[in-house]
Amino acid sequence: MLFLIEKIESGRIFPMNEISKNIVIIGNGISGVTCARNIRKRDQKVPITIISGETAHFFSRTALMYIYMGHMKYEHTKPYADDFWKKNGLRLHQAWVSSVDFANKRLVFQNGEEMGYGQLILATGSIPNKFGWPGENLEGVQGLYSYPDLLSMEKHTQSISRAVVVGGGLIGIEMVEMLCSRNIPVTFIVREKGFWDNVLPDEEANLVSRHIREHHVDLRMETELAAILDDGKGRVKGVQLANGEIIDCGFVGLTVGVSPNISVFKGTELETSRGILVDETFQTNIPDVYAIGDCAEFKIPPGPDRKNIEQVWYTGRMHGETLAFNLMNKNQVSYQPGIWFNSAKFFDIEYQTYGHVPPKLREGDWTFYWEDSSGKIALRLLFNQQDQLLGINAFGWRMRHAFFDRAITEGWEADKVVSRLHQASFNPEFYKDLHKLLIVAYNKEKGKSIRVPKRSFIQKLIGSRA
Amino acid sequence: MKFLQNTGLTLFVIGLVIFTVIPLLGTWKLESSMVAENTKEMHREVMVEILDPMYDKTYHSHFAFISDFYSHFNAYNDSLKAEEKWDQVIWDDYAFPLTKRASVGPVPSSPLLFLFLSIGLAVLGGLLYILPLYRNETAGIKNDGIYFSSMKARGWLGIVTGTYLIGFYIILYWYPEYLTNLVIMVDPLSQFLSGGPASQWFLYGLVYTLAILVMGIRMFRKYRGNSYQTIRTVSVMFFQLSFAFLIPEILVLFNMPWHDFKNIWPLDYSFFYEYRLEGMLNSGALGMFMLVWGILLIIIGVPIFTYFYGKRWYCSWVCGCGGLAETLGDPYRQLSDKSLKSWKIERYLVHGVLVFAVVMTGVTLANYFMEFGLLGEATNQLHSIYGFAIGSAFAGVIGTGFYPFMGNRVWCRFGCPLAAYLGIVQRFKSRFRITTNGGQCISCGNCSTYCEMGIDVRWYAQRGQNIVRSSCVGCGVCSAVCPRGVLKLENGEESGRINDMPIIIGNNSINLKS
Repeated sequence: MLFLIEKIESGRIFPMNEISKNIVIIGNGISGVTCARNIRKRDQKVPITIISGETAHFFSRTALMYIYMGHMKYEHTKPYADDFWKKNGLRLHQAWVSSVDFANKRLVFQNGEEMGYGQLILATGSIPNKFGWPGENLEGVQGLYSYPDLLSMEKHTQSISRAVVVGGGLIGIEMVEMLCSRNIPVTFIVREKGFWDNVLPDEEANLVSRHIREHHVDLRMETELAAILDDGKGRVKGVQLANGEIIDCGFVGLTVGVSPNISVFKGTELETSRGILVDETFQTNIPDVYAIGDCAEFKIPPGPDRKNIEQVWYTGRMHGETLAFNLMNKNQVSYQPGIWFNSAKFFDIEYQTYGHVPPKLREGDWTFYWEDSSGKIALRLLFNQQDQLLGINAFGWRMRHAFFDRAITEGWEADKVVSRLHQASFNPEFYKDLHKLLIVAYNKEKGKSIRVPKRSFIQKLIGSRA
Repeated sequence: MKFLQNTGLTLFVIGLVIFTVIPLLGTWKLESSMVAENTKEMHREVMVEILDPMYDKTYHSHFAFISDFYSHFNAYNDSLKAEEKWDQVIWDDYAFPLTKRASVGPVPSSPLLFLFLSIGLAVLGGLLYILPLYRNETAGIKNDGIYFSSMKARGWLGIVTGTYLIGFYIILYWYPEYLTNLVIMVDPLSQFLSGGPASQWFLYGLVYTLAILVMGIRMFRKYRGNSYQTIRTVSVMFFQLSFAFLIPEILVLFNMPWHDFKNIWPLDYSFFYEYRLEGMLNSGALGMFMLVWGILLIIIGVPIFTYFYGKRWYCSWVCGCGGLAETLGDPYRQLSDKSLKSWKIERYLVHGVLVFAVVMTGVTLANYFMEFGLLGEATNQLHSIYGFAIGSAFAGVIGTGFYPFMGNRVWCRFGCPLAAYLGIVQRFKSRFRITTNGGQCISCGNCSTYCEMGIDVRWYAQRGQNIVRSSCVGCGVCSAVCPRGVLKLENGEESGRINDMPIIIGNNSINLKS
């Protein structure tokens, strides 16, 4: 072990017997780090090296926005203390990989150093999309994915009088919220008719749109970007919309999705499409080379309603867990994600989803949507023709993951779900009893007579969940 | 709105400056009748005599007055000590009452005016600043810019504030004679409530209560929409105003001992001190009730309530120290240290203080019942060490003075013996836990950052584990700041409360235990 560490630090090549054991992970995001941790749990000795050029330590990518907003500093976003890595024998190596010699099992870094590997795990994440707009490479035009992106955003949003954010997805609204926290007026350009409408049904999309406007954001739906304008010195001075309108601004956020970060592997023997092609065990076409997280593309989607590329924190974690199991076990398992879940926060409104709720109702399925009078709390329940629960969207109402994981797995009928919602609620104590309002609405709409569950005084007093 | 807030800030600063300057105003002139009035009969003759050189002299600063007083007073005591005439040495503190009595000038002649100009303006200014906060903003987490704030992120404003607080506590505990004008200023209020003159502790109680009330209103603004925070804040405001401030003063009005019914031993470390026991035993039925109630709280109240609700029922709903931490201290909650090392120090310290308090009380009670000379010596020694090191230096100077440096729960986390006791019950026999919601954690770190007790909440949440920690005071802020709805404070069945080997929901490939 010690011998090995010295070798990595001096950047030289290992003797063959050490290389054959060395597991090298490119990328220190949630996928790579989860994989490393789980390998270490199962094997105390195997040498593990995590490579990243971005930052020395693992940080929570989803928390980048909070650094900009002043809620936290960078060090608060690190899920593990800096001494964790050494304690667990996880070698960290900060460098950018410039190429991989798969035939000789060697990595070449940008500074010319090389490193051998026994098994290679690619967890390189994503890069923000750009669609060839004129001016998209100007100074002050960027996406938000990496820590360097955050530093760049900090630098380019000083003393500007307006910012424009393009793209109606999760990173877009995060960027808008960040800019709002600094009192920078924002124009938010969304091409689609509804916010995030490739995921959200109309009612939910409208709810979020209303809330965005409530934060004094100049939200423009069904608006397209035509070009980004140069101030003559290589810096952005505004944007031109497809309808010809020009908006002056000092910063443009391009948040029109992300794509697997695989440029290093293009033109090598590694099989890629949009991402690195893998089978259900994350095996690429090259032996001892695996890909997980955002950069991996399944040849066959891991389940009905699942995509070939999963770019979510939670799936990255599951990829890492599963691959680590396979690397350390003779009997291989294929990646079988359970009931889908995801969450986000749109300014002040939290969103959770369990199961699969498509934006457009499918033939035969039926749905119950309830929104409270404030217009900021909503719950959608989706059922199939057999009255089995398929999924939910919850806004401003925290829901218990275990409850819906079970209810969806077991396919509970609508009445059962509705009558047990009080057990599902994960809102803090003393919050409004939303399930009562929902039951009233459900009874009215469906002509049912489900009773609001009563809790005795004692049950209330001791906070019993039953 | 900005104008109102700026006016408020200006008024607050003016009030604070006047408050700071008041002790220096006026002149000091001692007369022999004043000495006679303010000394015990056994010391009267001597005191009147030794202070003779001071009479009818006008001092233009209290520094000169107090230093002159001590030169005469100490000269007398020192000569007795040199001759080892210990029984004649005067151990009583006459500096405070005599400085207070000798003060002449604007403050004694119009105390209410100065009360308004100092504390009054500060409260008014504070409210003017706080009430318009977040107006026209939607309900939600208001943590924007905290780490850019000089006040809240250990910048120069924070350092100045901490230094001021530390200075105030040092003077309050050990040099109260320098604060006498401030005490004179609140005399009329004390007369009104308890029928007696104010002490420095009345002044402190008043400022403390107003700080909780005004900053409690700030909590309503900041956590608008969060019912748990609102109700909890109402609770600490209520208990401070009634139980800790008004009721004890009213008891005094009816010739009862000053007593805070919600203060529990060993936080109330003097509960079993001889003078307290005598005070309660000599006060009839109500005094008896105080004694029985106090003991019931210790042996039944704490375990039962903590079993059902966790230690939060006391620490963040009732307690005065907790009340100040949760209101005045809220802007500093993110400054607590989350490292493993500080957790280790915390466990040694807080349990060490608990052991100290228990041993001291044991010796005190043994002495009380046995009246054994040697034990009496030990009792006095222990009391003075505890009172100085824990009661004053730790709980006051460090506990509050260090808000802007180490967060708002330094005392509660590292020092409070009652918190240690409550914590042991909470850890081993309670229905309270913070539930982690399946696999929804994104490791963002907001929960850990804003935990005032320095618990690395994320460490549990990201592995799908419930948080069961003896130090958790159940403030609920981790749950409030969580962007993904992962944390919920709840009381529930004991089974499954501590899940050391959690399974993160969502991955059916393997049964993964983290």
